[in-house]
Amino acid sequence: MKRLLFLLFALWLVTGLPHARAQGKYLTKAGQVSFFSATPIEDIEARNKQVAAVLDFGTGQLAFTLPVKGFVFKRTLMQEHFNENYLESDKFPRATFKGRFVGFEAATLATAGAHPVQVEGDLTLHGVTRHIQLPASLELKDGRLQAFAAFTVASADYNIDVPLLVRNNIAKTVSVRVSLACDPVAGAVGTTSRPAN
Amino acid sequence: MNRYTYSKTTFSGLLLALLLAVAGPARAQTDLLADLERQTADSTKREVVAATFKGTHIINAQSVETPGKGTLAFLIQHRFGTLNSGAYEFFGLDQAVLRLSFEYGLTSRLAVGVGRSSIDKTFDGFVKYRALQQTTGARPMPVSVTLFASSAITTVKFNQPATERNTASRLDFAYQVLIARKVSPGLSVQFMPTLIHRNYTPLAGMQNDVYALGAGLRQKLSKRIALTADYFYLLPGYAARNYYNALGVGFDIETGGHVFQLHFTNAKGMTEKFFVPQTDGNFFNGDIYFGFTVARNFTVKSQLR
Repeated sequence: MKRLLFLLFALWLVTGLPHARAQGKYLTKAGQVSFFSATPIEDIEARNKQVAAVLDFGTGQLAFTLPVKGFVFKRTLMQEHFNENYLESDKFPRATFKGRFVGFEAATLATAGAHPVQVEGDLTLHGVTRHIQLPASLELKDGRLQAFAAFTVASADYNIDVPLLVRNNIAKTVSVRVSLACDPVAGAVGTTSRPAN
Repeated sequence: MNRYTYSKTTFSGLLLALLLAVAGPARAQTDLLADLERQTADSTKREVVAATFKGTHIINAQSVETPGKGTLAFLIQHRFGTLNSGAYEFFGLDQAVLRLSFEYGLTSRLAVGVGRSSIDKTFDGFVKYRALQQTTGARPMPVSVTLFASSAITTVKFNQPATERNTASRLDFAYQVLIARKVSPGLSVQFMPTLIHRNYTPLAGMQNDVYALGAGLRQKLSKRIALTADYFYLLPGYAARNYYNALGVGFDIETGGHVFQLHFTNAKGMTEKFFVPQTDGNFFNGDIYFGFTVARNFTVKSQLR
C-alpha cells in the first residue's frame, strides 16, 4: 500500500511540476517593430506588424521572429531597395532574437504599472548573429502583457552594405522600437481560459 | 514499523521518473525559438515576387513593372542620332529625339500615364494593369502578366487637306500582353505579344494592324548594375518586309531614387507605334542610336500609415 502511495506521489510530481513552475507564457503574432534613421538629408522610417514573439516567465526566456519583407516604408522604391540590395531578403528572409530576462522576478508582474527589465540575447539579422543587451519595460494590463523596448543597431555590425553614393542618406546607427501586446498561452497562472492568437 | 524491500527496478524506475520531471523544462528552453518559428510557419502563404525589373521600361519595351501605389514616375527618354552619321554630326550626338512621360500608380496593380515624343509631335496615353503576379510558396504562380494598352496621337501639321488627314487618321493604338518571369534573383526574362493598330497608312498595301512578338531580358551584373536587352520580331507582312526588327542592348544603373538606362538601339522612336513597325535602322550596319533614359520616382502618397 505504502509503495503504491509513494508511486502515486512520484507520478503527481512528474505531471504537476511543470505547471507549478510556469508563471506565465505570453505569445503574440502581430507584434510591431519599427526602425528610424535620421540624417540631415532624409529620414527613413519603416514598420513591421508581423512580429511573432513568445515570452516565457517560467524559464525567463524570450524569442522573436519576423519576416524582413514585412517592413513597410513610405516610399515603395525604398522598400524595394531595402529588400533587394540592403537586407537581401531573398537570402535572409527572417530576423530573429533569442534571449533571456536578466534578474527578473516574474512575481513583480502581478503589481500594476510598467516594470523595467534588462534583456540580453542573440540578435540574428542579415545572416549575422550578435549578442546584445537592452533595457525593456513590461506591464501586465487587463490580462495582456505589454512589452516595449528601444535600442540601436549599427548597419555595419550586420554586414549591411551602404554604397558611397547614399552613405549620407542613411544613419550609421538606426534606432529600433519594439512594441508588443501579448496574450497569455493557455495554462499560465492567473488567467482565464483564452485561446492564444 | 514495517520495512519494505524495494526491488531494484522499482527504485531505478522512480529515480528515472524524478529525473525526467526535472529535465523536462530544461529541454523546452533551447527550443523556444524553434517552437515559435514552427507556429508562425504558414504552409498556405504565398509571397509575391518583387522587382522583376528595375523600372517600367526594359529598353524600348515596357516591362511588367508599374511605379507602385502612390508613386509618380517621371521619365526622360533621350535618343541621339546614328553612330554612323560621321564625325561632322559628332557621331549622332548633334541630333536628338526626346520623349517625356509621367506614370502614376493608382493602386499597386493599376498605373496610368501620359507622354510626349518629339517625333511627329506625338502625345500618348496608356494604361497598365498587373493582371497576375509571380508568387512563391503555396500554389506558386510561375509568371507575372501585365496588360498594356496605349493610344497615340500625332499633332504635327500636315500639308494635306483636312479631308485626307483628319483627326482619326492621327491615332495609333498599341496593345501588349507582357509576360515575365524572375528566373533567379539576377535574371528576369519577358515575352510580349504585341499588336499595333494604325488608323492611317500612306499606301494601301501597308498594314493597318501590325503583329509582333517581343522578348526582353535583364541580367544583374552587380547589386546596382544590370545588362538589359529587348527585341521585337515582326510577324510576316508589309512591315516585316520593309522595316527592321527593333533591337536594343544597354545597361541599367541604379542610384537612390533614380534609374539610369544607357542603351544602343536601331530604333529611332520610343513609343510603341514608332519602334515596332517603323524601325528603319540596320543594327549591324551601324545604324545604331545611342540613348539614355532617366527615371525618377516621387512619392505622392506615403505608404506608411
